[in-house]
Amino acid sequence: MFYREAGEFRTSYVEDGQTFPIAFDRWRYYAVLAVAFLVVPFVINDYWVNAIFLPFLIYAIAAIGLNILVGYCGQVSLGTGGFMAVGAYACYKLMTGFPDVNIFFHVIIAGFITAGVGVLFGLPSLRIKGFYLAVATLAAQFFLVWLFNRVPWFYNYSASGQISAPERTVFGIPVTGAATDAWATYLFCLVFVVALAWIARNLTRGSVGRKWMAIRDMDIAAEIIGVNPLTAKLSAFAVSSFFIGVAGALFFAVYLGAVEVGEAFGIQKSFLVLFMIIIGGLGSIFGAFAGAAFMVLMPVFLKNVLVGGLGWPTDLAAHIEFIIVGALIVTFLVAEPHGLAQLWRVAKEKLRLWPFPY
Amino acid sequence: MKLKLATLALAGAMTAAAPAMAELVFPSLSYRTGPYAANGIPFADGYADYFTLINERDGGIGGEMIEMIECETGYNTEKGVECYESTKGEGSLVYQPLSTGITYQLIPKVSADGIPMHTMGYGRTSAKNGKVFEWVFNYPANYWDGASIAIKHLLDLNDGSLDDKKIALVYHNSAYGKEPIRTLEELSDKHGYELMLLPVDHPGQEQKSQWLQIRRERPDYVLMWGWGVMNQVAIQEAANIRYPMENFIGIWWSGSENDVLPVGDGADGYKALNMHLPGADFPIYDDLQTHVYDAGLAAGAGDQAGSVLYNRGLYAAMLAVEAAKKAQEIHGTSDITPAMMRDGMEALVIDAALMESLGLPSFGPEFEVTCENHGGSGLGIVQQWDAEAEEWTQITDYIESDKEVINALVEEDSMAYAEENGIELRCE
Repeated sequence: MFYREAGEFRTSYVEDGQTFPIAFDRWRYYAVLAVAFLVVPFVINDYWVNAIFLPFLIYAIAAIGLNILVGYCGQVSLGTGGFMAVGAYACYKLMTGFPDVNIFFHVIIAGFITAGVGVLFGLPSLRIKGFYLAVATLAAQFFLVWLFNRVPWFYNYSASGQISAPERTVFGIPVTGAATDAWATYLFCLVFVVALAWIARNLTRGSVGRKWMAIRDMDIAAEIIGVNPLTAKLSAFAVSSFFIGVAGALFFAVYLGAVEVGEAFGIQKSFLVLFMIIIGGLGSIFGAFAGAAFMVLMPVFLKNVLVGGLGWPTDLAAHIEFIIVGALIVTFLVAEPHGLAQLWRVAKEKLRLWPFPY
Repeated sequence: MKLKLATLALAGAMTAAAPAMAELVFPSLSYRTGPYAANGIPFADGYADYFTLINERDGGIGGEMIEMIECETGYNTEKGVECYESTKGEGSLVYQPLSTGITYQLIPKVSADGIPMHTMGYGRTSAKNGKVFEWVFNYPANYWDGASIAIKHLLDLNDGSLDDKKIALVYHNSAYGKEPIRTLEELSDKHGYELMLLPVDHPGQEQKSQWLQIRRERPDYVLMWGWGVMNQVAIQEAANIRYPMENFIGIWWSGSENDVLPVGDGADGYKALNMHLPGADFPIYDDLQTHVYDAGLAAGAGDQAGSVLYNRGLYAAMLAVEAAKKAQEIHGTSDITPAMMRDGMEALVIDAALMESLGLPSFGPEFEVTCENHGGSGLGIVQQWDAEAEEWTQITDYIESDKEVINALVEEDSMAYAEENGIELRCE
């Protein structure tokens, strides 16, 4: 009944090649966007933004970025935290160095700087693969965190080594610093998320994405049919790092406002984003959103249920939370090894036949 | 997407269902899990037990009952933000995050929301300057006081001269651990000792290389800015290389029972600073026994009474309650708001008679908070661990920090902050 292609007649290549070829799917997508842009900003408060929406949106960008590298191009990376740190520190240096330039451009430039660093650390991928590459990117993680801790220039010689985002505005409305409104920071991040998800979706549908997938599925075969592994792998590193850099910049400037590199961008961040895409589904943009939502919302949801709803002691709730989230991850992956995105695909197939499956 | 929205809706319903019927709300951003739990638990217990005592014995503050909302941060800044946002709407009067990282995060937020924050002996040191930091307090002492007190103690031991001495600082490689470096460098210029910096990365379980360096370089003294599991490991490593324990001095966050007990006899003689007295030898413990412990109302497992960090939790809660009383007195109402609480904190005077009346005679230093000075008097003691008796003994009187050096640094750092954030100076 839903998601049916019956009765849809397409008469041009453009119509045939669109992102959401099924009308129902397309309208559902527009509805989600409309709610996100037109309804949510009017109803959210500080708690919803700072505890749920901002982390969800920002981690979604990071997860899309990592998904391009791991899910689409098959290059395992454990350097996500380090690359987010590059984005954050680049954004900080730009914000303090050029206070007159709009924060919007700072975030984008921070993304480009991260892309450059990502390419640099992507070079070993031309020679090594799989677990060995993971170890090489792990080196990037530790090196970058060490660098930002060690060289005072990066944190403007502040006594504590913390970086704090000064107030910056977009169209006269503050989006960083203390005096921000919930809707402003939310919309600022949402614009980035929608734009970047749109770019990612279209990149992966085009020739660039097909090259990445060819490399992922079998690099020697890809090389034989004319895919240049140098450009394919390095472009994957560049695009992926750009996304992660933007996520890092937003994470620092808009969400937290003050960070300390070891605590905010440590190895646990790399694992968190990697878990997001594994749970969400490798090689799927929707999977990145689903994984980010799962990893961000589940702990907050459980905390609210166990402490707020049932009145349990906080330490007990915190421990139970670990157990439940861990058990859910295992259950999900046993039930569907290809992640939440595959569950969604199966659900759509079922809905197509519902209520008369044969 | 649908799944997500359903989850959101459910989470929202849960949040909305939490009742908001509190009278005076004191949030406790505690951490009872993670690598810093060993230190977070006693503080949180002490903080909670003091409020329970005030409720049970006195019927609250000025007739208003206290509601304490606990929220687990795990010493993690993201969870800290979540905790802050979820509790600030409940009418929270004062935040005490017990984490320098979370403090840095919350300074702009509390200033914008108009809720005072008290970072007792941690956080941003230059918040001492009340002219710049209207909503942040860090009495009775701060990190830079701590650094100076430790150096003064060493000066006393060396007849007033530290020339040609080598002092190592083993520190948690974070905002917290980096705070004292500037002060120690300034003091090194003044007193002529050589400073050696040894950072330890979070969480601090791996310190072999740092202590190997200490073994090789043989510094005359080692100072430590550690927290959580890092403390135990450092003291164990010091014992392993047979470093003379009486030359090893921790800041007040590295001087509680659970830091030294795991090392056993090896920790004997280890010194640490403190901003209040250790031990359970105070009349207030009799009241706690009757009204809290015997009534089965003790927080947590109830096994932390008398430990250094439990005492610090009591002290933090005591200062909060006294500030609330002050606020009620100033504004003539018992139902105070966060802004009134701030006025109370700024007018807080702690003297010997007051501490005596609270059952905590000479427990902490005497101090007075003013509009300009949010940092108190900057006094601290040195305590030493007796492994046989398993207790801390106070070995010095209250030592005053080197205000000449520290005030200049506070002025410089806070003014830079004011300029960066466009803050107008108060108190003029």
